[in-house]
Amino acid sequence: MSNRETDEHSGVETTGHEWDGIRELDNPLPRWWLYIFYGSIVIAVIYWVLMPSWPGINSYAKGVLGQSDRVDVARQLEALNQQRGAEGAMLRTASLETIEADPKLQAYALAVGQSVFGDNCATCHGVGGTGFKGYPNLRDDVWLWGGSLEEIQHTLQVGVRSDNPNTRQSQMPAFGRDQILQPAQVDDLTEFVVALSSRSANVAAIKRAAPVYVAQCSACHGPQGKGDIKQGAPDLTDAEWLYGAERADIRNQIWTGQGGVMPTWEGRLSPETIKALAVYIHANAGGQ
Amino acid sequence: MTVVIDRTKPTPPPPGEGSGPVSAAAKARAKGFTLGLYKPRTPIYPKLVHGQWRRIKWVLLILMLAIYYLTPWIRWERPGVLPDQAVLVDFAGGRFYFFGIQLWPQEVYFITGLLVISALGLFLVTAMFGRLWCGYACPQTVWTDLFIYVERAFEGDRNARMKLDASPWSFNKAWRKIGKHAVWLGIGFGTGGAWIFYFHDAPNLLADFWVGQAPATAYIFCALLTVTTYAFAGHMREQVCTYLCPWPRIQGAMLDQHSLQVTYLRDRGETRGPHKKGQPWEGRGDCIDCNACVVACPAGIDIRDGSQLECINCGLCIDACDEIMEKIDRPKGLIAYDTDAAVAAREAGRPPIYRLLRPRTAYYAVALSLVSALMIWGLTHRSALDVHVLRDRNPMFVRLHDGAIRDGYTLKIANRGFEARDVQVTFTGPPGAKLRTPGAKAAGDTLSVRVEANEVRAVRVFVTVPAAAIDAPNMPAAFAVRAGDEVKTVETNFLSGAANAP
Repeated sequence: MSNRETDEHSGVETTGHEWDGIRELDNPLPRWWLYIFYGSIVIAVIYWVLMPSWPGINSYAKGVLGQSDRVDVARQLEALNQQRGAEGAMLRTASLETIEADPKLQAYALAVGQSVFGDNCATCHGVGGTGFKGYPNLRDDVWLWGGSLEEIQHTLQVGVRSDNPNTRQSQMPAFGRDQILQPAQVDDLTEFVVALSSRSANVAAIKRAAPVYVAQCSACHGPQGKGDIKQGAPDLTDAEWLYGAERADIRNQIWTGQGGVMPTWEGRLSPETIKALAVYIHANAGGQ
Repeated sequence: MTVVIDRTKPTPPPPGEGSGPVSAAAKARAKGFTLGLYKPRTPIYPKLVHGQWRRIKWVLLILMLAIYYLTPWIRWERPGVLPDQAVLVDFAGGRFYFFGIQLWPQEVYFITGLLVISALGLFLVTAMFGRLWCGYACPQTVWTDLFIYVERAFEGDRNARMKLDASPWSFNKAWRKIGKHAVWLGIGFGTGGAWIFYFHDAPNLLADFWVGQAPATAYIFCALLTVTTYAFAGHMREQVCTYLCPWPRIQGAMLDQHSLQVTYLRDRGETRGPHKKGQPWEGRGDCIDCNACVVACPAGIDIRDGSQLECINCGLCIDACDEIMEKIDRPKGLIAYDTDAAVAAREAGRPPIYRLLRPRTAYYAVALSLVSALMIWGLTHRSALDVHVLRDRNPMFVRLHDGAIRDGYTLKIANRGFEARDVQVTFTGPPGAKLRTPGAKAAGDTLSVRVEANEVRAVRVFVTVPAAAIDAPNMPAAFAVRAGDEVKTVETNFLSGAANAP
């Protein structure tokens, strides 16, 4: 129950509310505060009119100014494209070779490529592009699907074993797991593959494995084990091993036939971004 | 019981008067300075004088203003797209152009050297001739002189100005005051306007400025200098020298009793006193206490009190006194450029000795010569070619299919000249090394790169060393970059990871 009375100490009316014996003086609000408060109300009403504010069932009140963050972002992106200027435009039209050979375009493509690589590729291939076990090294001169500018661009576009209909596709059979070969044959084949890369191996095992290699492996990896870039079949004679160089690693790969997936970047990155990325990867691989 | 906390009444003073801390301002007030700590400015109405030093000051004023206003408009042909402005501080492009010299941000030590030379020059001149800089060349002095000239044009000389200030507001007073301030603001705007031309191509900026297309910094600095010029030269004047400028405080360390400065010749002037025509000059000094030197002083001091912090050595009191001396038929130069030592010597009846060469001036002169020689040597031996080598750190090296090792480097080749240059890059280090840059057809021993004028080109260089040549994880190497006769060699290393080899 409100019980207004005048405080005898100050002569000011109280609000009549009492909390634990403390009564509140009903002093007026400071004028400056009050004016700011009224001002805020006026500004709020103006804001309703000018800016999107009231939600509707299917839409919302757009406001007189038609302000929209989406439109703003689109405008900023357009401004960014304008700002990218000559180099940005050239990236669309120039050929990959031209981009790489021209100092200005190259510098621009390398800068774009570096940033895009860091965002999209470094997760698997590493910040330096040297890859990990199962993820190819992009810095050396060993390329499963070809290391020319065009091949790199194509790999970026369609991916490897990706969901792109034109994806690069190769499948190493799981010779052990799928029981295509006996475990002993897999052991022998392991020795054969070790020998291919000029390392010492069990001669008896190599002899036993030779016909198996011809029957099962040479179609893709070639009679000399040099691999085939067209099929994405790795060279077995060099020092590079995607899934490890040790005997156990090689045996495991023959047994399980692992194959990683590289996503398709068509549609996720713009064509000129893919071009810049191709130049970046190609340039940093020494330019094969 | 109800307790009401009431904040509507002022807090009663604490018991015991004056027990709390008392501010310096309060103490000053208690002593009777009603305005606290701060001394109010006494308006100064410098009277116009005529004479040799006034003439020199007019000439210097025109010269200084001409240098300031005209310098950005001097054209200087430079090849290609480089700016054709003789003096330009190009912040956007990161270059400083001074006629045939262009400096890059990395060469900021030349600016440091210039500042050191300026400081030493100032020390030397001050030790020999007193505050010549303050009196004749300092922008504060030059602009204040110009502003006083405008003031005089609108409001008349000293007496008229004093009368006008004391008079009530009238149309006459209003148009003179408004006109003066308008012209002051105009000069301030001109000062700020000229300043910005040092930082952008002047003709283009002038065109852009009026249509709102100039960079924001141009408008900001133009406004800033308009305000500071108007405030410093129009309103603050000698207070800038007395209170804001550090130089008057430092110059005491440069001056000694042998420094030539504007001096009242005590020995000749004292005993001063009024003099009536026809009275004899015997037994008294030449100073007739006419105060001409005081009313002419733009700093509002009495030079007869001796060398003092406020005195900028402008020499106007010399002219003022000379005018009087001529009228009363006494020799000129009662106030003159002289030394304290000479005055003291004459007072003691000895002949004055002038010593321009003193240990102090010798030190300054030697230091000035050394730094100047160093600067000239640096500028004449400055190389237009600069090379930095950045090793790739990730990956540090790459093993190729045949066991060869490839390291990546980025060479930053700077061409600080005005012409494009073709440079050859060679590598010394492990034998059999081949260089390749992206975009090149094949690897070789030498890379040819074209670096455009006034640019830094980043060149990616891949060095491949065959497996047979690799005998250590870290091998010393060097890049040599050759442009014409000039060769720059930068040491680096070739990392092979041999220790980790299988």
